[in-house]
Amino acid sequence: MTREFTVVAAGPLTTVQDGGRPGQAALGIGRSGACDRAVYRQANRLVGNPEDLAALEVTYGGLVLRAEADLLVVTTGARCAGPFPHAAPTPLRRGAQLRLGPPGTGLRTYLAVRGGIDVLPVLGSRATDVLSGLGPAVVADGDVLPVGPPVDPMPGVDVAPVPEIPGGEVTVTVLPGPRADWFGDAGWAALTGQAWTVTNESNRVGLRLDGAPLERVRDGELPSEGMVRGALQVPPSGLPVLFLADHPVTGGYPVIGYVADEPLRSDVDRCGQLRPGQTLRFRPAPS
Amino acid sequence: MTRVLPSGSTALLVELDDLDAVLALYAALAEQPPDGVVDIVPAARTVLLVTDPSRTSLSAVADAVGRTTPRPDARTGGDVVELPVRYDGEDLAELARLLDLTPEELVRRHTGTEWTVAFGGFAPGFGYLTQPGGQWDVPRRATPRTKVPPGSVALAGEFSGVYPRESPGGWQLIGRTDVAVFDLDRDPPALLRPGVRVRFVEAEPR
Repeated sequence: MTREFTVVAAGPLTTVQDGGRPGQAALGIGRSGACDRAVYRQANRLVGNPEDLAALEVTYGGLVLRAEADLLVVTTGARCAGPFPHAAPTPLRRGAQLRLGPPGTGLRTYLAVRGGIDVLPVLGSRATDVLSGLGPAVVADGDVLPVGPPVDPMPGVDVAPVPEIPGGEVTVTVLPGPRADWFGDAGWAALTGQAWTVTNESNRVGLRLDGAPLERVRDGELPSEGMVRGALQVPPSGLPVLFLADHPVTGGYPVIGYVADEPLRSDVDRCGQLRPGQTLRFRPAPS
Repeated sequence: MTRVLPSGSTALLVELDDLDAVLALYAALAEQPPDGVVDIVPAARTVLLVTDPSRTSLSAVADAVGRTTPRPDARTGGDVVELPVRYDGEDLAELARLLDLTPEELVRRHTGTEWTVAFGGFAPGFGYLTQPGGQWDVPRRATPRTKVPPGSVALAGEFSGVYPRESPGGWQLIGRTDVAVFDLDRDPPALLRPGVRVRFVEAEPR
């Protein structure tokens, strides 16, 4: 009886994710890793894993797994429809199936298993980077996902009290970026004064936003420069792209602002839960 | 002049006058990274420092950058990589004409002076290589190729580069090398890391 899952159906997009590959950006290797880091770490804690073990990032539900051994599983993040309890560590008997329906609100659900998903690491991480192609392939129907041995003791939590992920309009805090001066006061006012719509071209690389375009107050090319997640990069269209986990390491368009990314309450994490059609507002950080 | 620009809650962007200043500061920072800094990303005019906010503060990192003495020998201090190239690239003849050179002269210029990897980006293992003095000013192709073969040696702007794998690309292709510049089974996987010096040598007479 091998500790593993068989993927009966992968759903719209399921990937293996962990804490990513920090420290290699100078080699053109982005960090990647879970889009909603806080919720991913919480999933691991609930099944007694170290916080950074690999888990599944399930985008808009649709995942069906069969346990090939007795396994302990939890989901956090977007609450999927179906009988599987949310945020509650649940034993899955050998041969049992777990089905995740579409979430009512939110986009990304993290499924952690006690022992972690034990696929081969690439450059120190099991994260799938959809931009660079590094890491394990996107999870597909019929895949077998090995599960590691349990390490830490169980925390003894039955159900974790977790807030629901909001639907509708979301407001996040924004800080000025290195090239805010390319857009002037009027550009900043336009960024922070309207509701932006998340478009369906959004993915793990970034949220593509639609609204009244931002206008530059200066011309010229920007030499490429380094970026981190949360960057609001403004291409010539004037419509910002909010970079998420698989963003490019460097970019050649000016960054007007950064969404706040405090470790314990990250607004970038919250942006990772936005789905196409939702609206997003940027509130300037108190100065 | 060095300017420190805000880049959100976790990073600082240091802006410098030119590429040589970037190389010098990056070399010093990479040798002795400030506490709590997880990534240092050099680029054309900037060095980005990404911090772990649980271990440091942005002001502490800004202070550490201010105390850092740039390394003046950044162009000469790094490892040397020799890359044999067959100069038979699809754009060689046309580019030579554009630059008012013969193909042989272009190849001599490419092989005659040592290059330095200034920074990465674009794809894992892709390095932006520069020669001192900025002797190149190469226009990009008007229409980028959808598929550039791996190992292609190319020019654009003041830079040369080697495509680590098949990808789209708008640079002018002048040749090809068989050396894998990015190999996951090698440690480190990237051959062309910032600070590494590169000598292109002509693999066989054309």
